[in-house]
Amino acid sequence: MGRVGTVVAVAGALGAAAARATRAAVTRRRARPVRCPTGWQVVTVDRPVEQVLPAAVWPEPLRRLDGAVEVAVTGAPGGRGTELAARPRPHAAWPGLTAHLLGDDPGLLVRQALWQVKQLVETGEVLRPDRMPGERGPGVAAGVPRPSANEPPR
Amino acid sequence: MRALCWGTGGELAVRQVPDPELRNDHDVIVRVRLSATCGADLPLLAGTVPAPTAGEVLGHEFLGDVVEVGAGVRRHRIGDRVVVCASVACGACWYCRRGLPSCCDNGSTDPTASEAEWGHPVAGCFGHPRSAGGFAGSHAEYVRVPYADVGAFAVPESVDDDRALFASDAAPAGWLGAEGGEVRPGDVVAVWGAGAVGQLAARSAWLLGAERVIVVDRHPARLQMARHHVGAETIDRRDTDVTARLRELSGGRGPDVCVEAAGGPAGENLSLADRFTGRTRAPDAVREAVYACRKGGSVFVLNGGVRRVDAFPTGTVVHKALTVRGGRQHGQRHIPMLLERMARDELRTEHLATHRFCLDRAAEGYALMRDRPEECVRAVFVPH
Ligand SMILES: NC(=O)c1ccc[n+]([C@@H]2O[C@H](COP(=O)([O-])OP(=O)(O)OC[C@H]3O[C@@H](n4cnc5c(N)ncnc54)[C@H](O)[C@@H]3O)[C@@H](O)[C@H]2O)c1
Ligand SMILES: [Zn+2]
Ligand SMILES: [Zn+2]
Repeated sequence: MGRVGTVVAVAGALGAAAARATRAAVTRRRARPVRCPTGWQVVTVDRPVEQVLPAAVWPEPLRRLDGAVEVAVTGAPGGRGTELAARPRPHAAWPGLTAHLLGDDPGLLVRQALWQVKQLVETGEVLRPDRMPGERGPGVAAGVPRPSANEPPR
Repeated sequence: MRALCWGTGGELAVRQVPDPELRNDHDVIVRVRLSATCGADLPLLAGTVPAPTAGEVLGHEFLGDVVEVGAGVRRHRIGDRVVVCASVACGACWYCRRGLPSCCDNGSTDPTASEAEWGHPVAGCFGHPRSAGGFAGSHAEYVRVPYADVGAFAVPESVDDDRALFASDAAPAGWLGAEGGEVRPGDVVAVWGAGAVGQLAARSAWLLGAERVIVVDRHPARLQMARHHVGAETIDRRDTDVTARLRELSGGRGPDVCVEAAGGPAGENLSLADRFTGRTRAPDAVREAVYACRKGGSVFVLNGGVRRVDAFPTGTVVHKALTVRGGRQHGQRHIPMLLERMARDELRTEHLATHRFCLDRAAEGYALMRDRPEECVRAVFVPH
């Protein structure tokens, strides 16, 4: 992360975050030691900095990691928008719920959150997969027609 | 609704599944009129690429009518007859804005899965395993289409379903082979593979001004089609030294542009041992193209079904100053132009739909395309 220009937000002061850590998180840490990753995850968002973090506020997909990650933004070279970086803070600083969220592979989760921020800023939504049959209630009964092309939508 | 699903043992069967739902504001739901098999599905059937999960729906080349429209959709209305690009791209990222939609950053519901596979996320695809986007396939009565303003295109009235269907994947793929290989007027172009994609690459080469187009395959019936429908010269690789013949047909220079549109290691090509070890065969088509291509010429690779290969002649690439490129089709960019050409009769594709089945017999259609490619180029399914 040599080129990070402005660090706009560092989640909750270390002390505060530690104070918020719940018993669950502590138990979890004892039961399964988690590696303490230091690497930054970075994505380039094809929009100017003010659109990526409007009023320096974290977009939702990052907000739920509040207290557990550091975030940095910098303008990308060649007018390519904004380089948005995040990395997990040392494990001891994670608030309990976030510790649960970050799981065994915090780097991956941070990366997923960054991709979601990028999708949200660039397209206005986070793409959701089609649900598999097992993920839903009972299927539509066979033979029940959908609205035909002539009917108004829903 | 009914859909062609993967079974637990990797077999295909038509099952009853829940109807698709709008999941994002930019989605539409399409009632499928026609859906086609593709050579890109054969590696899935052969088990040489990560298998889909049981219950996933197959199919990515389709056309149908819009029956539901998400709140954010601007360009489509209920009742529109649309052809849908087989790959899913957002239209808003750096790559989409530069005309490379198949490199889209936002075309997948799990970009990290795609990163793990290719190094970077790429556009999603309907009807492929979840790591390829998370979108159910089109061999079904209905399909959800994400980013519909970007990937679905109204079909001109004068273009019928059987022709427009191929604008979904095979035609933009063929076009990319020729355009990406930078075919120029007067060029000699060679195409490996006489499937739907290869034939349409050959046709695209003509449209871009090539003076001689040569198609290579080992199935006489497919080569006959390439002669009859595309006006290409052909080489039957079973009894001809391909490189020597290409040299002969290009004044000793070698083709200016070589397009590889050969099938992946489908069942017919793969030994039991290869299947067991997951080893892929050397890419005879790409290697041959590299040897045959004229100095300073270009080789365009369309087959993404072979994941990695050994014995690639890098020295030849260097010593002959070749440009080797590859790509998945950029339908979001090319489909409107291709539909116009279809409307003007410059691009005829209906002969490629050699077999037609009702959806309930879709598994048979795949078996036919896989086992008897000399007979079946594309099986087309009619769900309603
Ligand atoms: N890049 C893209 O966007 C895109 C889109 C669709 C399909 N594809 C790929 O394009 C290829 C062709 O697709 P299709 O639907 O026409 O497939 P297909 O299976 O119908 O046709 C492939 C043809 O290649 C021939 N072939 C195999 N090895 C050969 C060789 N060494 N030399 C010459 N011919 C050879 C086969 O005999 C067959 O006729 C497939 O690999 C598919 O995965 C790419
Ligand atoms: Zn296809
Ligand atoms: Zn995009």
